[in-house]
Amino acid sequence: MRRALWILAVLLSHWRRHKMQFATLLVGLIAATALWSGVQAINQQARSAYDRAAATFGGVRTAMLVAPNAATFPQELFIKLRRAGWPVSPVLEGRVQINGRSLRLLGIEPVTLPADVGNAPRLGAADLSSFVAPPGQTLVARETLADLQEPEGAAPAISNGAELPPLRVQPQLAPDVLVVDIGVAQRLLSKPDQVSRLLIGKPRGKPIPLASVVGDQLQLVAPNAETELERLTDSFHLNLTAFGLLSFFVGLFIVNSAVGLAFEQRLPMLRTLRACGASARLVNTVLVVELVALALVAGLIGLACGYFIAAALLPDVAASLRGLYGARIPGQLTLHPEWWLAGIGISVAGALVAAATSLIKAIRMPVLATAQPRAWQQRQRRWLVLQSCAACAVFAVALLLLHYGQSLIAGFGVLAALMLGAALFLPAFLDIILLAGQRVARGPLALWFWADSRQQLSGLSLALMALLLALAVNVGVSTMVDTFSRTFIGWLNGRLAADVYISASDNAQGVAIRNWLKDRSDVQAILSGGRAEAQIQGQSVELLGLPDHALYRERWPLLETTPRAWTRLVPGNAAFISEQLSRRLNVRLGDVVEVPAPGGTWELDIVGIYADYGNPKGQLTVNVAALIRQFPQTPQTRIGLIVARENSPGLIAALQKRFGLDDRSVADQATVRAESIRIFNRTFAVTSALNAFTLGVAGIALLTSLLTLANSRLPQLAPLWAIGITRPRLAAIELTKTLSVALFTALLAVPLGLLVAWCLIAIVNVKAFGWRLPFHVFPLQLIELVAVALLASLLAALLPVARLARMQPANLIKVFANER
Amino acid sequence: MSAEAISRRSFAGGIAALALARRASAQGYAGLGETAGGFAKVMPGKAFTFPADHGPHPEFRIEWWYLTANLVDTSGAACGLQWTLFRQAAQPGPQGEGWANQQVWMAHAAVTRADTHRFSETFSRGGVGQAGVTAKPFDAWIDDWEMKGLERTDDRTLAPLTLKASGTDFSYALTLAADRPVVLQGDGGYSRKSERGQASYYYSQPFYRARGTLTIDDKAVDVSGQAWMDREWSSQPLDTDQTGWDWLSLHLSSGDKLMLYRLRQKDAQDYPFGNWISANGGTQMIAGSDIQMMPKATADVAGRKLPVEWQIAIPSRSFSILCKPLNPGAWMATGFSYWEGPISFTGTHDGVGYLELTGY
Repeated sequence: MRRALWILAVLLSHWRRHKMQFATLLVGLIAATALWSGVQAINQQARSAYDRAAATFGGVRTAMLVAPNAATFPQELFIKLRRAGWPVSPVLEGRVQINGRSLRLLGIEPVTLPADVGNAPRLGAADLSSFVAPPGQTLVARETLADLQEPEGAAPAISNGAELPPLRVQPQLAPDVLVVDIGVAQRLLSKPDQVSRLLIGKPRGKPIPLASVVGDQLQLVAPNAETELERLTDSFHLNLTAFGLLSFFVGLFIVNSAVGLAFEQRLPMLRTLRACGASARLVNTVLVVELVALALVAGLIGLACGYFIAAALLPDVAASLRGLYGARIPGQLTLHPEWWLAGIGISVAGALVAAATSLIKAIRMPVLATAQPRAWQQRQRRWLVLQSCAACAVFAVALLLLHYGQSLIAGFGVLAALMLGAALFLPAFLDIILLAGQRVARGPLALWFWADSRQQLSGLSLALMALLLALAVNVGVSTMVDTFSRTFIGWLNGRLAADVYISASDNAQGVAIRNWLKDRSDVQAILSGGRAEAQIQGQSVELLGLPDHALYRERWPLLETTPRAWTRLVPGNAAFISEQLSRRLNVRLGDVVEVPAPGGTWELDIVGIYADYGNPKGQLTVNVAALIRQFPQTPQTRIGLIVARENSPGLIAALQKRFGLDDRSVADQATVRAESIRIFNRTFAVTSALNAFTLGVAGIALLTSLLTLANSRLPQLAPLWAIGITRPRLAAIELTKTLSVALFTALLAVPLGLLVAWCLIAIVNVKAFGWRLPFHVFPLQLIELVAVALLASLLAALLPVARLARMQPANLIKVFANER
Repeated sequence: MSAEAISRRSFAGGIAALALARRASAQGYAGLGETAGGFAKVMPGKAFTFPADHGPHPEFRIEWWYLTANLVDTSGAACGLQWTLFRQAAQPGPQGEGWANQQVWMAHAAVTRADTHRFSETFSRGGVGQAGVTAKPFDAWIDDWEMKGLERTDDRTLAPLTLKASGTDFSYALTLAADRPVVLQGDGGYSRKSERGQASYYYSQPFYRARGTLTIDDKAVDVSGQAWMDREWSSQPLDTDQTGWDWLSLHLSSGDKLMLYRLRQKDAQDYPFGNWISANGGTQMIAGSDIQMMPKATADVAGRKLPVEWQIAIPSRSFSILCKPLNPGAWMATGFSYWEGPISFTGTHDGVGYLELTGY
C-alpha cells in the first residue's frame, strides 16, 4: 500500500510540473460531463412534465371510450356500460376562463376512477369526502395556483359567473388543469348529465361486447404508450441529445490528447519506476486509480457545471416547448439521484475510454523500452486507406437510410452517418490536398512544409475531426435557423391579417363586443372567426373558421392552391388543410376529407394547402359561417378588427375599459407579432448556445493536440534549426501549417454543413414538425464561420508556436544528445 | 388497526374505506362508533312493512343486503359464496340529486372452496343509477352484480330471487327460493348492540334454497344448497369501545337455524347475542349469559392470528358443537379486510354455516 502511494505521488508530481496539461485534462473531462449532463437534465425535466400531463386522469395512457364525433355523450351510457360489467369511469372535460385566463377543467368520478390511471394523483382516502361532498374541492398544481394569484382555499369565479369549489394543491397535477368532481364539472360547464369520455379500468370478469351495449355510440381508443406530446417533442429532445453527445465526444478528444501527451512525457518516469522494482501490475493499477480519481473530481465539477448549464437553458427550452408544442415544463430544475450517478459514471467511463490506448501501451511496455516518437511512417498509408474505406461504408449507410428510412430516427441516422463518414474521410482528404501541394512545391523548405504537414496528420486528425464536426454542425444549424427565421417572419406577416385581436370570454360577451364595435367609425371591418375541434382518424384536428374577406384573399399565405380557392370556401363544402395535417393524413389538393360533425359527416374538398408553423395540431380552414352551421357549439368569441394603425391604441383602451378585457384578451397586431417572434427566437436560443459550446470545445481539443504534437515533434524540427533556419522562422512555418490544415478542414466543413442543413430541413423538420421550408444559403454567414474556425485554430496554435519561438537553443541541441 | 379491519355488517366500513368516515380508528371500527348526529335513530317498537323495508332507508347512515350460501357441487364437494351490498350516507339530510347524492355503495362478492378462495369488490356513488335498491319490484344492484326479484316474488318471503356477481377469476349465478317468511331478529327486529343502547334494525331470510352455477377459472359447475340473507340498517350500530365481532349463521341439519355473534369490547367484556329460529320460522332470543363461544384453534392468515375454529355451547338448549372452516384462508383482502367463509360443525347438532371475523 505504501509503495502504491509512493508511486501515486511520483505520478502526480508530473502534473505539478505541467499545470497547463493538467488543466486541459480536467477541462476536457469537465466539458464532456457538463454538456452531456446538462442536456440530460433538461430532457429528464421535460419527460417528467410530459408524464405528469399524460397521467392527468385519462391522458392517452389509459384505454377509453369516446363518442365518434368527439362530442360529449349522455351519462346514461356510463350506467349502461357499468351494468354490463364494463369497469368504466366518466370524465367530463371543458375549458373555463378565470380572469381571462383559459384553463382545462376536468370533472372526474373518484369512486370508480381506475386505480391504475397512469400515476394520476391519488386522492387519499381522507380527502375523498371533502372532494365529493359540497362544497367540494378544485385540485390544482402549485404553478396554477401561482398563475391565478389565488391562495389555497379561495373559490374564484369563472367567466359565466359560477364559483369554483375551493382550490386545493395537488402537487402531481399538470399545470393549467383544474380537477373537480364530475357533478361540479357538469354544473360549471352547463352540461348536465353529459360525459366527454369513459376511462376503462381493469376488467372484472368478461364484459358484454361494446356494440351490444351502446351500439355505435361509443368507440374504443386503445392506450398509447407514447403520448402525442412525446411524439411531437421527440425531435426537439433528439436534437438536444445529439448536441450533448457531440460535445461529449469532442470533450473526450481533449481527454484523449491530454492523456496521450502525459503518457509520452511520463514514459521515462514509468521506466525508472519499473527499474526501481515496482511491478508492472502495481504501476498500471496506480495509473488507473489516478485516472479514475481525476475523473471523479472532474465529473463532480462537470455535474455542477451541467446543473448550471441546464438551469440557464431551461427557461428557453421551456419557452420553446410551450411555443412549439403547447407543452408546459416547470421552470424550476429538479434532479433525481440517478442523474448524479449517471453523470459521474459517464465521466469515469469516458476517461477510461479516452485513455484506453495510452493505458494499453503502458501495460504492454517492456521494462527497458525507450520512448519513441509516434509511429506513423509506413503505417500511415495503410491506415488512411482503411479509414477511407470505412468512410465509404458509412456514406453508403447514409444513402440507404435516406432512401429507405421513414422515421425521425432515420433522419438523424442520415445526419450522424454523414458526419461520421465525413470525419473518417477527413484525413484522406487532407492527405490528398497536401500531396497535391507537395507535387507542385518547389524548393526544399516548401517540400518539407508539405511533407511534414502530411506526417503530422495522424497526430492531428482526431482534433481536426472534432473541428470538422463542430463546424459542420454550426453551418448546418445556422443555415436551418436562418432559413426558418426568414420563412417564418414572411409567413407571420401574411398570417396576421387583422390589426386588433379580441378574445371574448363567452358568446354573450362576443355579441356585446360586436354590437358595440358596429357603431364605431374607427373600425373598418369586423372579422369574426371561430375554432372547433374534431377527431379525424384518431387524431384531434382543429377547425379554423375564417370570414370571407378580401384581406384574407390578398394576404393569407397558401403553399398550394386551386383556382378560385377562397371563393370555393364560401359555400362550406371546401377547406384548406395545413401542411402538417396533409402529410399526416396523406391528403393532396382535390382529395376529400371527412370530418365527423355533430350533425353527421361533413365532407370537405381540399382546395388549398397552407403552412401552419408552430401549431402542434393539424388544422383545417373553412368558412366560419359553414363551421357554425356544422358545429353549432363553436364559441363565437374570436374577433379580428381592421383599424387604421393610429386608431388601434385608443380602440384597445376603450375595449378594455368597456368590457374589462385584459392584455391577453385584446392585443394589437404588433404585440401578437412581437410575441410570436420572441417565442420563435427562444426556440433556437438553446441550439445556438450548444452550438457555441461545441465550437469552443473543438477549439480546446485542437489546442491540446497541438501541445501534444509540439513536444514529440522536436526531433523533426531540431535538424532544421541546426541547418540554419531561425526559431522565429520555424515558428512561422509551424503556424502556417496549422492554419492551412485548419483552412482545408473548414472548407470541407462548408459543403458538409450545407448537407447537414439540407438534412435538417428536408428530412428532420418534415418528420418532426410536418413542414418543409424552402432552402436558403447565406454566404456571408459561411465566410464568417470559416473565419471563426481559423481564428480558433490560430488561438490554439499560438501557445505551442510561441514556445517554439522562444525555446532555449540548448533544448534543441539536447535532441541530438538525448535518445529522442 | 380498526381502520383497516372492517367488519361485515358494519361495514359500511368498506365504504368508510372511501374515507367517508375519517376518524375510524379512534371510534370503533371504520367509524361505526360515530354518533348518529343528523341521521335517523333506531328505536324499539318499529313496525316492519314489506316490501318497503326490503328497499333502502337513506335517512339511516348505513345499511346492507348480505347473503351467504352453503352449497355442494355435482361431485358432492362443499363450497360457499357471499354477495353483499353496503350503503353508507356521507351526510345526513335530504337526498341530493344526481351526483350530489350523498350515498356511496360498496359490494363484495366471494366464492370459497376447500382449495381456493376468490373475492372481488366494487364501489359506486348513488344518485346516478350505477348502484341502488328498489323495494318493488325488488332489485339490488351495483354494476353487473345483481340480486333481483321476479314478477311473482313474494314480499313476505323475499323469494324467488336471482343472484349474480363476477370477479376476474370467478362468477356465479343462482336462483333463490323460500317458502317461509323473513324472520325478525332481536326484539321484533330491534337488535341491541351494547348495554348503552346502540342498536340496529335487523331481519333475515335464513330459509333460502339455492341452485345455480359457480364458475372458477372458466370451469363452470352446477351447485345447490341453502342460503341466508341478512338485512340490517342503523345509524350507529357499534359502541366506541367495541373493536370487532365474531358472527355465525348456522343451518342445522334438523332444519333449525341459529344466528350467533359476539361483539368484542376493549374492556374484554364481550357482548354475545343469539337467536334460535325453528324450522317452522318461529324465533327465540338467547340470553348472552347462556352463550359460550370459545376459540379452539387459530390460523395465520394475512399476517394475523384468526380464531377460525370455535367451540360453541348453549347449555339451556343442550347445544354443544365444534365449528371448523372449509378453508381457513377465506380472507377478504378488500379495501376493508375481514375473514368470511363457510364452516361445518359437529357435536350435539351438525350442519353448515358461515363465520365472519372482523376487527382482527
